[in-house]
Amino acid sequence: MKPGSIAIVGAAETTRLGSIPDMSNIQLHADAALNALADCGLKPSDIDGVACAGETPVAIAHYLGITPRWVDGTAVGGCSFMLHVRHAAAAIAAGYCNTVLITHGEAGKSGIGLNRPPPNRTSLVGQFELPYGVYGPPSMFTIPVLRYMKTYGMTEAELAMVSVVQREWAGRNPRAAFRDPISVDDVLNSRMIAYPFRLLQCCLVTDGGGALILTSAERAKDFLTKPVYILGTGESVETPMISQMADFTSSRAFRVAGPEAFKAAGISHGDVDHLMIYDAFAHLPIYGLEDLGFVGRGEAAAFIGARHTAPGGKLPMNTNGGGLSYTHTGMYGMFALQESVRQMRGTAPAQIEGAKISVCHGVGGMFAASGTIVFTNQR
Amino acid sequence: MSDSKRPRPQPTPETQHYWDGTRDGEFRLQRCDDCAKAYFPPRPFCPACGGRQVSVFKASGKGRLYSYVIHHRPAPGFTPPYAIAVVELEEGPRLMSNIVECPQTPEALVLDMALEVVFEKLDEQISLPVFRPAQGAVA
Repeated sequence: MKPGSIAIVGAAETTRLGSIPDMSNIQLHADAALNALADCGLKPSDIDGVACAGETPVAIAHYLGITPRWVDGTAVGGCSFMLHVRHAAAAIAAGYCNTVLITHGEAGKSGIGLNRPPPNRTSLVGQFELPYGVYGPPSMFTIPVLRYMKTYGMTEAELAMVSVVQREWAGRNPRAAFRDPISVDDVLNSRMIAYPFRLLQCCLVTDGGGALILTSAERAKDFLTKPVYILGTGESVETPMISQMADFTSSRAFRVAGPEAFKAAGISHGDVDHLMIYDAFAHLPIYGLEDLGFVGRGEAAAFIGARHTAPGGKLPMNTNGGGLSYTHTGMYGMFALQESVRQMRGTAPAQIEGAKISVCHGVGGMFAASGTIVFTNQR
Repeated sequence: MSDSKRPRPQPTPETQHYWDGTRDGEFRLQRCDDCAKAYFPPRPFCPACGGRQVSVFKASGKGRLYSYVIHHRPAPGFTPPYAIAVVELEEGPRLMSNIVECPQTPEALVLDMALEVVFEKLDEQISLPVFRPAQGAVA
Protein backbone atom coordinates (compact mmCIF):
# COMPACT_ATOMS: atom_id res chain seq x y z
CA MET A 1 0.00 0.00 0.00
CA LYS A 2 1.33 3.42 -0.99
CA PRO A 3 1.29 5.82 2.00
CA GLY A 4 -1.93 7.80 2.01
CA SER A 5 -3.55 5.83 -0.82
CA ILE A 6 -6.29 4.34 1.38
CA ALA A 7 -8.65 6.33 3.62
CA ILE A 8 -11.21 5.85 6.35
CA VAL A 9 -14.43 7.49 5.16
CA GLY A 10 -16.89 6.10 7.71
CA ALA A 11 -16.44 5.76 11.47
CA ALA A 12 -18.83 5.40 14.37
CA GLU A 13 -19.35 3.75 17.73
CA THR A 14 -22.52 2.15 18.99
CA THR A 15 -25.16 4.76 19.87
CA ARG A 16 -24.76 3.87 23.54
CA LEU A 17 -21.77 2.64 25.56
CA GLY A 18 -21.62 1.11 29.01
CA SER A 19 -24.47 -1.15 30.07
CA ILE A 20 -26.60 -2.20 27.07
CA PRO A 21 -28.65 -5.15 28.36
CA ASP A 22 -31.10 -4.93 25.44
CA MET A 23 -28.55 -5.87 22.75
CA SER A 24 -26.69 -9.08 21.98
CA ASN A 25 -23.06 -9.29 20.92
CA ILE A 26 -23.87 -9.48 17.20
CA GLN A 27 -26.39 -6.64 17.41
CA LEU A 28 -23.68 -4.41 18.91
CA HIS A 29 -21.63 -5.11 15.76
CA ALA A 30 -24.66 -4.23 13.64
CA ASP A 31 -25.52 -1.08 15.60
CA ALA A 32 -21.97 0.20 15.09
CA ALA A 33 -21.94 -0.86 11.42
CA LEU A 34 -25.24 0.90 10.65
CA ASN A 35 -23.97 4.05 12.38
CA ALA A 36 -20.73 3.96 10.34
CA LEU A 37 -22.66 3.40 7.10
CA ALA A 38 -24.92 6.36 7.96
CA ASP A 39 -21.84 8.43 8.78
CA CYS A 40 -20.62 8.19 5.17
CA GLY A 41 -23.97 7.74 3.38
CA LEU A 42 -23.55 4.11 2.33
CA LYS A 43 -25.83 1.07 2.48
CA PRO A 44 -24.83 -2.51 3.31
CA SER A 45 -25.07 -3.35 -0.41
CA ASP A 46 -22.24 -0.87 -1.09
CA ILE A 47 -19.83 -2.95 1.03
CA ASP A 48 -17.75 -5.66 -0.70
CA GLY A 49 -15.25 -6.46 2.05
CA VAL A 50 -15.89 -7.46 5.69
CA ALA A 51 -13.48 -7.83 8.60
CA CYS A 52 -14.33 -8.45 12.25
CA ALA A 53 -13.33 -10.22 15.46
CA GLY A 54 -15.56 -11.63 18.19
CA GLU A 55 -18.03 -12.76 15.54
CA THR A 56 -17.04 -14.45 12.26
CA PRO A 57 -17.11 -12.48 9.00
CA VAL A 58 -19.64 -15.10 7.87
CA ALA A 59 -22.00 -14.18 10.69
CA ILE A 60 -21.54 -10.43 10.25
CA ALA A 61 -21.89 -10.44 6.44
CA HIS A 62 -25.04 -12.53 6.66
CA TYR A 63 -26.56 -10.54 9.53
CA LEU A 64 -26.03 -7.24 7.70
CA GLY A 65 -27.04 -8.56 4.26
CA ILE A 66 -23.62 -8.06 2.68
CA THR A 67 -22.19 -10.14 -0.19
CA PRO A 68 -18.42 -9.76 0.27
CA ARG A 69 -15.69 -10.68 -2.19
CA TRP A 70 -13.02 -10.28 0.53
CA VAL A 71 -13.17 -11.21 4.22
CA ASP A 72 -10.75 -11.18 7.16
CA GLY A 73 -11.50 -12.92 10.44
CA THR A 74 -8.15 -12.21 12.09
CA ALA A 75 -8.82 -12.55 15.82
CA VAL A 76 -5.75 -11.86 17.93
CA GLY A 77 -7.51 -10.00 20.73
CA GLY A 78 -8.06 -6.30 21.24
CA CYS A 79 -5.73 -5.11 18.46
CA SER A 80 -7.46 -7.27 15.82
CA PHE A 81 -8.98 -4.11 14.33
CA MET A 82 -5.57 -2.53 13.74
CA LEU A 83 -4.64 -5.67 11.81
CA HIS A 84 -7.96 -5.50 9.93
CA VAL A 85 -7.18 -1.90 8.90
CA ARG A 86 -3.76 -3.04 7.68
CA HIS A 87 -5.09 -6.05 5.80
CA ALA A 88 -8.01 -4.10 4.34
CA ALA A 89 -5.71 -1.36 3.06
CA ALA A 90 -3.57 -4.00 1.32
CA ALA A 91 -6.66 -5.72 -0.10
CA ILE A 92 -8.09 -2.48 -1.51
CA ALA A 93 -4.69 -1.59 -2.97
CA ALA A 94 -4.52 -5.07 -4.55
CA GLY A 95 -7.99 -4.69 -6.09
CA TYR A 96 -9.57 -7.52 -4.06
CA CYS A 97 -12.37 -5.20 -2.93
CA ASN A 98 -13.30 -1.51 -2.98
CA THR A 99 -15.15 -0.73 0.24
CA VAL A 100 -14.39 -2.55 3.49
CA LEU A 101 -16.47 -2.58 6.67
CA ILE A 102 -14.62 -3.43 9.90
CA THR A 103 -16.84 -4.12 12.91
CA HIS A 104 -16.45 -4.59 16.63
CA GLY A 105 -19.21 -5.33 19.10
CA GLU A 106 -18.87 -6.91 22.51
CA ALA A 107 -21.34 -7.49 25.29
CA GLY A 108 -18.45 -7.48 27.75
CA LYS A 109 -20.63 -6.38 30.67
CA SER A 110 -24.05 -7.87 29.95
CA GLY A 111 -22.68 -11.01 28.32
CA ILE A 112 -25.63 -11.49 25.97
CA GLY A 113 -24.67 -13.71 23.03
CA LEU A 114 -20.99 -13.37 23.88
CA ASN A 115 -18.66 -15.67 21.92
CA ARG A 116 -15.90 -16.63 24.33
CA PRO A 117 -14.83 -20.28 24.21
CA PRO A 118 -14.10 -21.96 27.56
CA PRO A 119 -10.42 -22.62 28.37
CA ASN A 120 -9.02 -25.73 26.72
CA ARG A 121 -7.24 -27.95 29.25
CA THR A 122 -4.96 -29.45 26.56
CA SER A 123 -3.70 -26.10 25.28
CA LEU A 124 -0.33 -24.84 26.51
CA VAL A 125 -2.13 -22.19 28.58
CA GLY A 126 -4.48 -24.89 29.90
CA GLN A 127 -1.62 -27.16 30.93
CA PHE A 128 1.01 -24.71 32.12
CA GLU A 129 -0.78 -21.55 33.31
CA LEU A 130 -4.42 -22.17 34.28
CA PRO A 131 -3.51 -24.68 37.05
CA TYR A 132 -1.69 -21.88 38.89
CA GLY A 133 -4.78 -19.78 39.49
CA VAL A 134 -4.73 -17.29 36.64
CA TYR A 135 -8.25 -16.04 36.27
CA GLY A 136 -8.87 -13.42 33.62
CA PRO A 137 -6.62 -10.64 32.28
CA PRO A 138 -6.11 -8.83 35.64
CA SER A 139 -4.26 -11.90 36.94
CA MET A 140 -2.09 -12.39 33.83
CA PHE A 141 -1.45 -9.16 31.93
CA THR A 142 -0.06 -7.66 35.14
CA ILE A 143 2.56 -10.32 35.90
CA PRO A 144 5.57 -8.74 34.11
CA VAL A 145 5.38 -5.34 35.82
CA LEU A 146 7.24 -6.16 39.05
CA ARG A 147 10.23 -7.16 36.92
CA TYR A 148 9.96 -3.85 35.06
CA MET A 149 9.77 -1.97 38.37
CA LYS A 150 12.87 -3.72 39.72
CA THR A 151 14.80 -3.21 36.48
CA TYR A 152 14.07 0.51 36.10
CA GLY A 153 13.11 1.58 39.63
CA MET A 154 9.57 2.63 38.72
CA THR A 155 7.49 3.20 41.88
CA GLU A 156 3.87 2.29 42.56
CA ALA A 157 3.05 6.03 42.71
CA GLU A 158 4.58 6.57 39.25
CA LEU A 159 2.50 3.72 37.85
CA ALA A 160 -0.58 5.27 39.48
CA MET A 161 0.03 8.53 37.57
CA VAL A 162 -1.00 6.81 34.32
CA SER A 163 -4.57 6.48 35.64
CA VAL A 164 -4.57 10.03 37.05
CA VAL A 165 -3.57 11.63 33.75
CA GLN A 166 -6.00 9.60 31.70
CA ARG A 167 -8.83 10.59 34.02
CA GLU A 168 -7.98 14.21 33.20
CA TRP A 169 -8.61 13.45 29.54
CA ALA A 170 -11.82 11.58 30.39
CA GLY A 171 -13.02 14.66 32.25
CA ARG A 172 -13.06 16.43 28.87
CA ASN A 173 -15.13 13.70 27.20
CA PRO A 174 -18.89 13.64 27.90
CA ARG A 175 -19.12 10.01 26.70
CA ALA A 176 -16.44 8.76 29.10
CA ALA A 177 -17.70 6.35 31.77
CA PHE A 178 -15.63 7.86 34.60
CA ARG A 179 -15.02 11.62 34.53
CA ASP A 180 -14.36 12.74 38.12
CA PRO A 181 -10.73 13.71 38.82
CA ILE A 182 -8.64 11.22 40.82
CA SER A 183 -5.34 11.55 42.70
CA VAL A 184 -2.39 9.20 43.06
CA ASP A 185 -3.64 8.44 46.58
CA ASP A 186 -7.11 7.60 45.21
CA VAL A 187 -5.47 5.09 42.85
CA LEU A 188 -3.22 3.56 45.51
CA ASN A 189 -6.11 3.36 48.01
CA SER A 190 -8.52 1.71 45.59
CA ARG A 191 -9.22 -1.99 46.04
CA MET A 192 -6.27 -4.31 45.44
CA ILE A 193 -6.93 -6.56 42.42
CA ALA A 194 -3.58 -8.21 41.68
CA TYR A 195 -0.67 -6.63 43.56
CA PRO A 196 0.74 -4.20 42.53
CA PHE A 197 -2.41 -3.36 40.50
CA ARG A 198 -5.37 -1.62 42.12
CA LEU A 199 -8.88 -1.28 40.72
CA LEU A 200 -8.21 2.15 39.21
CA GLN A 201 -5.27 0.70 37.25
CA CYS A 202 -7.51 -1.87 35.56
CA CYS A 203 -9.80 -1.19 32.59
CA LEU A 204 -13.55 -0.88 32.67
CA VAL A 205 -15.86 -3.71 31.64
CA THR A 206 -18.58 -2.43 29.30
CA ASP A 207 -20.89 -3.21 26.39
CA GLY A 208 -20.40 -1.40 23.11
CA GLY A 209 -18.88 -1.46 19.66
CA GLY A 210 -17.47 0.50 16.77
CA ALA A 211 -17.10 0.26 13.01
CA LEU A 212 -14.89 1.70 10.28
CA ILE A 213 -15.35 1.97 6.50
CA LEU A 214 -12.29 2.11 4.24
CA THR A 215 -11.90 2.84 0.55
CA SER A 216 -9.29 4.23 -1.83
CA ALA A 217 -8.14 7.81 -1.28
CA GLU A 218 -9.30 8.59 -4.84
CA ARG A 219 -12.84 7.46 -4.06
CA ALA A 220 -12.74 9.11 -0.64
CA LYS A 221 -13.05 12.52 -2.34
CA ASP A 222 -16.65 11.63 -3.26
CA PHE A 223 -17.70 11.35 0.40
CA LEU A 224 -18.95 14.18 2.58
CA THR A 225 -16.85 13.06 5.54
CA LYS A 226 -13.28 14.33 5.92
CA PRO A 227 -10.99 11.49 4.78
CA VAL A 228 -8.50 10.10 7.28
CA TYR A 229 -5.59 8.63 5.35
CA ILE A 230 -3.57 5.58 6.33
CA LEU A 231 0.12 6.44 6.16
CA GLY A 232 1.73 3.34 7.60
CA THR A 233 0.88 0.10 9.38
CA GLY A 234 2.58 -2.68 11.35
CA GLU A 235 1.63 -5.93 13.07
CA SER A 236 3.18 -8.83 14.96
CA VAL A 237 2.52 -11.54 17.55
CA GLU A 238 4.65 -13.05 20.28
CA THR A 239 3.18 -15.71 22.61
CA PRO A 240 -0.20 -16.86 23.95
CA MET A 241 1.47 -17.46 27.36
CA ILE A 242 2.36 -14.41 29.44
CA SER A 243 4.94 -16.56 31.26
CA GLN A 244 6.82 -17.09 27.98
CA MET A 245 7.16 -13.43 27.01
CA ALA A 246 10.85 -13.12 26.12
CA ASP A 247 11.49 -9.82 27.94
CA PHE A 248 9.23 -8.85 30.86
CA THR A 249 10.19 -5.17 30.46
CA SER A 250 9.31 -4.88 26.77
CA SER A 251 6.94 -6.38 24.20
CA ARG A 252 8.55 -7.95 21.14
CA ALA A 253 5.27 -7.57 19.23
CA PHE A 254 5.28 -3.83 20.04
CA ARG A 255 8.91 -3.54 18.89
CA VAL A 256 8.05 -5.09 15.53
CA ALA A 257 4.67 -3.46 14.81
CA GLY A 258 5.54 0.10 15.89
CA PRO A 259 8.76 0.68 13.93
CA GLU A 260 7.26 -1.05 10.88
CA ALA A 261 4.39 1.45 10.86
CA PHE A 262 6.71 4.45 11.37
CA LYS A 263 9.01 3.27 8.57
CA ALA A 264 6.15 2.67 6.15
CA ALA A 265 4.71 6.10 6.95
CA GLY A 266 8.09 7.77 6.59
CA ILE A 267 7.65 9.69 9.85
CA SER A 268 9.76 10.23 12.94
CA HIS A 269 8.58 10.65 16.53
CA GLY A 270 8.68 14.42 16.38
CA ASP A 271 6.04 14.34 13.62
CA VAL A 272 3.43 12.73 15.90
CA ASP A 273 0.76 15.16 17.13
CA HIS A 274 -1.53 12.64 18.83
CA LEU A 275 -1.01 9.17 20.26
CA MET A 276 -3.25 6.33 21.34
CA ILE A 277 -1.70 3.41 23.26
CA TYR A 278 -4.15 0.67 24.21
CA ASP A 279 -4.42 0.81 28.01
CA ALA A 280 -6.15 -2.28 29.33
CA PHE A 281 -3.93 -1.84 32.40
CA ALA A 282 -1.86 1.10 33.61
CA HIS A 283 1.52 -0.32 32.59
CA LEU A 284 0.67 -0.60 28.89
CA PRO A 285 1.28 3.08 28.03
CA ILE A 286 4.63 2.74 29.82
CA TYR A 287 5.68 -0.25 27.71
CA GLY A 288 4.20 1.33 24.56
CA LEU A 289 5.98 4.68 24.88
CA GLU A 290 9.32 2.88 25.25
CA ASP A 291 8.81 0.11 22.70
CA LEU A 292 7.62 2.60 20.07
CA GLY A 293 10.70 4.70 20.78
CA PHE A 294 9.06 7.88 22.05
CA VAL A 295 11.31 7.71 25.12
CA GLY A 296 14.31 5.64 26.17
CA ARG A 297 14.24 2.47 28.31
CA GLY A 298 12.93 3.13 31.79
CA GLU A 299 11.98 6.74 30.99
CA ALA A 300 8.24 6.44 30.31
CA ALA A 301 6.99 6.82 33.89
CA ALA A 302 8.95 10.06 34.37
CA PHE A 303 7.70 11.27 30.96
CA ILE A 304 4.08 10.74 32.03
CA GLY A 305 4.82 12.15 35.47
CA ALA A 306 6.15 15.33 33.83
CA ARG A 307 2.71 15.68 32.17
CA HIS A 308 4.00 15.37 28.60
CA THR A 309 1.03 13.11 27.72
CA ALA A 310 -1.51 15.10 29.78
CA PRO A 311 -3.79 17.89 28.52
CA GLY A 312 -1.50 20.70 27.39
CA GLY A 313 1.51 18.34 27.07
CA LYS A 314 3.66 17.92 23.99
CA LEU A 315 2.47 14.38 23.25
CA PRO A 316 -1.29 14.12 24.00
CA MET A 317 -2.03 10.44 24.63
CA ASN A 318 -5.27 8.49 25.10
CA THR A 319 -7.33 11.65 24.73
CA ASN A 320 -10.68 9.85 25.02
CA GLY A 321 -9.81 8.73 28.56
CA GLY A 322 -8.67 5.30 27.40
CA GLY A 323 -9.69 1.85 28.49
CA LEU A 324 -9.10 2.96 32.08
CA SER A 325 -11.76 5.70 32.03
CA TYR A 326 -13.61 5.91 28.67
CA THR A 327 -14.85 2.42 27.87
CA HIS A 328 -13.47 -1.12 27.54
CA THR A 329 -15.67 -3.83 26.09
CA GLY A 330 -12.94 -6.49 26.06
CA MET A 331 -11.36 -5.73 22.68
CA TYR A 332 -10.78 -2.00 23.11
CA GLY A 333 -8.64 -1.45 19.99
CA MET A 334 -11.62 -0.29 17.94
CA PHE A 335 -12.21 2.59 20.39
CA ALA A 336 -8.58 3.71 20.15
CA LEU A 337 -8.96 3.77 16.35
CA GLN A 338 -12.22 5.75 16.63
CA GLU A 339 -10.48 8.41 18.76
CA SER A 340 -7.62 8.70 16.25
CA VAL A 341 -10.18 9.18 13.47
CA ARG A 342 -12.04 11.85 15.50
CA GLN A 343 -8.78 13.68 16.18
CA MET A 344 -7.87 13.60 12.48
CA ARG A 345 -11.35 14.78 11.50
CA GLY A 346 -11.20 17.55 14.08
CA THR A 347 -14.29 16.30 15.91
CA ALA A 348 -12.87 14.89 19.17
CA PRO A 349 -14.32 16.17 22.45
CA ALA A 350 -10.77 16.94 23.62
CA GLN A 351 -9.57 18.06 20.19
CA ILE A 352 -5.84 18.64 19.68
CA GLU A 353 -5.79 21.82 17.62
CA GLY A 354 -3.97 21.47 14.32
CA ALA A 355 -3.15 17.76 14.78
CA LYS A 356 -2.00 16.28 11.46
CA ILE A 357 -0.58 12.88 12.43
CA SER A 358 -2.05 10.37 14.86
CA VAL A 359 -0.42 7.09 15.88
CA CYS A 360 -2.75 4.36 17.14
CA HIS A 361 -1.09 1.40 18.85
CA GLY A 362 -2.92 -1.71 19.98
CA VAL A 363 -2.22 -4.79 22.04
CA GLY A 364 -3.95 -8.17 21.75
CA GLY A 365 -4.27 -10.85 24.39
CA MET A 366 -1.74 -10.52 27.21
CA PHE A 367 1.17 -9.01 25.23
CA ALA A 368 0.28 -11.72 22.67
CA ALA A 369 -0.18 -9.49 19.63
CA SER A 370 0.17 -5.94 18.42
CA GLY A 371 -0.92 -3.63 15.61
CA THR A 372 0.04 -0.03 14.87
CA ILE A 373 -1.60 2.43 12.46
CA VAL A 374 -0.30 5.87 11.47
CA PHE A 375 -3.08 8.21 10.33
CA THR A 376 -3.00 11.65 8.75
CA ASN A 377 -5.59 14.18 7.56
CA GLN A 378 -3.16 15.61 4.97
CA ARG A 379 -2.67 14.46 1.40
CA MET B 1 -3.79 -23.40 48.71
CA SER B 2 -5.45 -25.74 46.24
CA ASP B 3 -8.58 -27.82 46.39
CA SER B 4 -10.55 -30.05 44.07
CA LYS B 5 -11.78 -27.12 41.98
CA ARG B 6 -8.26 -26.24 40.87
CA PRO B 7 -8.02 -26.48 37.03
CA ARG B 8 -6.38 -29.76 35.98
CA PRO B 9 -3.96 -29.87 33.05
CA GLN B 10 -4.75 -32.48 30.41
CA PRO B 11 -1.52 -33.89 28.90
CA THR B 12 -1.10 -34.32 25.16
CA PRO B 13 1.28 -36.76 23.43
CA GLU B 14 3.88 -33.98 23.25
CA THR B 15 3.74 -33.16 26.98
CA GLN B 16 3.12 -36.60 28.52
CA HIS B 17 6.78 -37.08 29.52
CA TYR B 18 6.67 -33.85 31.56
CA TRP B 19 3.56 -34.86 33.50
CA ASP B 20 4.85 -38.44 33.93
CA GLY B 21 7.96 -36.86 35.45
CA THR B 22 6.17 -34.60 37.90
CA ARG B 23 3.93 -37.50 38.93
CA ASP B 24 7.10 -39.47 39.74
CA GLY B 25 8.72 -36.56 41.56
CA GLU B 26 11.12 -35.60 38.77
CA PHE B 27 11.20 -32.20 37.02
CA ARG B 28 12.01 -32.75 33.34
CA LEU B 29 12.99 -30.30 30.65
CA GLN B 30 14.03 -30.82 27.04
CA ARG B 31 17.25 -29.83 25.31
CA CYS B 32 18.15 -29.59 21.64
CA ASP B 33 20.81 -32.12 20.62
CA ASP B 34 22.06 -29.74 17.92
CA CYS B 35 22.15 -26.29 19.54
CA ALA B 36 22.14 -27.51 23.19
CA LYS B 37 19.46 -24.99 24.20
CA ALA B 38 17.08 -26.05 26.99
CA TYR B 39 13.47 -25.02 26.41
CA PHE B 40 9.93 -24.97 27.80
CA PRO B 41 7.02 -25.67 27.33
CA PRO B 42 7.54 -29.23 25.99
CA ARG B 43 7.42 -29.99 22.27
CA PRO B 44 9.22 -32.58 20.13
CA PHE B 45 11.48 -30.04 18.38
CA CYS B 46 13.71 -27.14 19.27
CA PRO B 47 11.96 -23.74 19.17
CA ALA B 48 15.34 -22.03 18.71
CA CYS B 49 16.59 -23.90 15.62
CA GLY B 50 13.74 -26.18 14.52
CA GLY B 51 15.80 -29.33 15.02
CA ARG B 52 13.84 -32.54 15.69
CA GLN B 53 16.67 -34.24 17.59
CA VAL B 54 15.89 -33.39 21.20
CA SER B 55 16.43 -35.10 24.57
CA VAL B 56 14.46 -35.13 27.79
CA PHE B 57 16.62 -34.61 30.89
CA LYS B 58 16.13 -34.30 34.63
CA ALA B 59 16.48 -30.63 35.46
CA SER B 60 17.92 -29.21 38.67
CA GLY B 61 14.57 -27.91 39.89
CA LYS B 62 16.37 -24.77 41.04
CA GLY B 63 15.47 -21.28 39.97
CA ARG B 64 14.77 -17.72 41.08
CA LEU B 65 11.63 -15.66 41.47
CA TYR B 66 11.39 -13.68 38.24
CA SER B 67 8.07 -11.81 38.63
CA TYR B 68 4.62 -12.25 40.14
CA VAL B 69 1.30 -10.76 41.14
CA ILE B 70 -0.62 -11.40 44.35
CA HIS B 71 -4.16 -12.14 43.23
CA HIS B 72 -6.83 -10.74 45.53
CA ARG B 73 -9.91 -12.00 43.74
CA PRO B 74 -11.47 -15.44 44.09
CA ALA B 75 -10.59 -18.07 41.49
CA PRO B 76 -11.80 -21.69 41.32
CA GLY B 77 -9.69 -23.82 43.66
CA PHE B 78 -7.78 -20.90 45.24
CA THR B 79 -8.19 -18.83 48.38
CA PRO B 80 -7.03 -15.23 47.90
CA PRO B 81 -4.62 -13.62 48.34
CA TYR B 82 -2.23 -15.94 46.51
CA ALA B 83 0.78 -15.29 44.33
CA ILE B 84 0.92 -16.24 40.66
CA ALA B 85 4.60 -16.33 39.89
CA VAL B 86 7.02 -16.81 37.04
CA VAL B 87 10.17 -18.73 37.94
CA GLU B 88 13.38 -18.50 35.93
CA LEU B 89 15.01 -21.92 36.02
CA GLU B 90 18.74 -22.46 36.44
CA GLU B 91 18.74 -24.00 32.96
CA GLY B 92 17.30 -20.82 31.41
CA PRO B 93 13.61 -21.36 30.62
CA ARG B 94 10.87 -19.68 32.66
CA LEU B 95 7.56 -21.13 33.77
CA MET B 96 4.49 -20.06 35.66
CA SER B 97 4.02 -21.53 39.13
CA ASN B 98 2.96 -20.85 42.70
CA ILE B 99 5.26 -20.18 45.64
CA VAL B 100 4.57 -22.40 48.67
CA GLU B 101 5.88 -22.51 52.24
CA CYS B 102 6.14 -18.71 52.11
CA PRO B 103 3.81 -15.86 53.15
CA GLN B 104 1.97 -14.48 50.12
CA THR B 105 3.13 -10.92 50.72
CA PRO B 106 5.37 -8.44 48.87
CA GLU B 107 7.68 -8.44 51.90
CA ALA B 108 8.23 -12.20 51.78
CA LEU B 109 8.20 -12.58 48.01
CA VAL B 110 11.41 -10.86 46.95
CA LEU B 111 12.39 -10.85 43.30
CA ASP B 112 15.40 -13.03 42.49
CA MET B 113 15.08 -15.08 45.71
CA ALA B 114 16.33 -18.63 45.27
CA LEU B 115 13.63 -21.28 44.80
CA GLU B 116 13.43 -25.04 44.48
CA VAL B 117 10.75 -27.27 43.03
CA VAL B 118 8.35 -29.39 45.06
CA PHE B 119 5.38 -31.35 43.74
CA GLU B 120 1.76 -30.85 44.67
CA LYS B 121 -0.30 -33.96 44.01
CA LEU B 122 -3.72 -33.19 42.53
CA ASP B 123 -4.74 -36.78 41.71
CA GLU B 124 -3.19 -40.10 40.69
CA GLN B 125 -2.20 -38.74 37.28
CA ILE B 126 -1.28 -35.10 37.87
CA SER B 127 1.22 -33.54 40.24
CA LEU B 128 1.95 -29.85 39.72
CA PRO B 129 5.46 -28.47 40.04
CA VAL B 130 5.39 -25.56 42.51
CA PHE B 131 8.31 -23.77 44.16
CA ARG B 132 9.40 -22.95 47.71
CA PRO B 133 12.22 -20.80 49.05
CA ALA B 134 15.45 -22.77 48.60
CA GLN B 135 16.39 -24.65 51.76
CA GLY B 136 19.17 -22.79 53.54
CA ALA B 137 18.72 -19.68 51.41
CA VAL B 138 17.78 -16.36 52.96
CA ALA B 139 14.35 -15.42 51.63
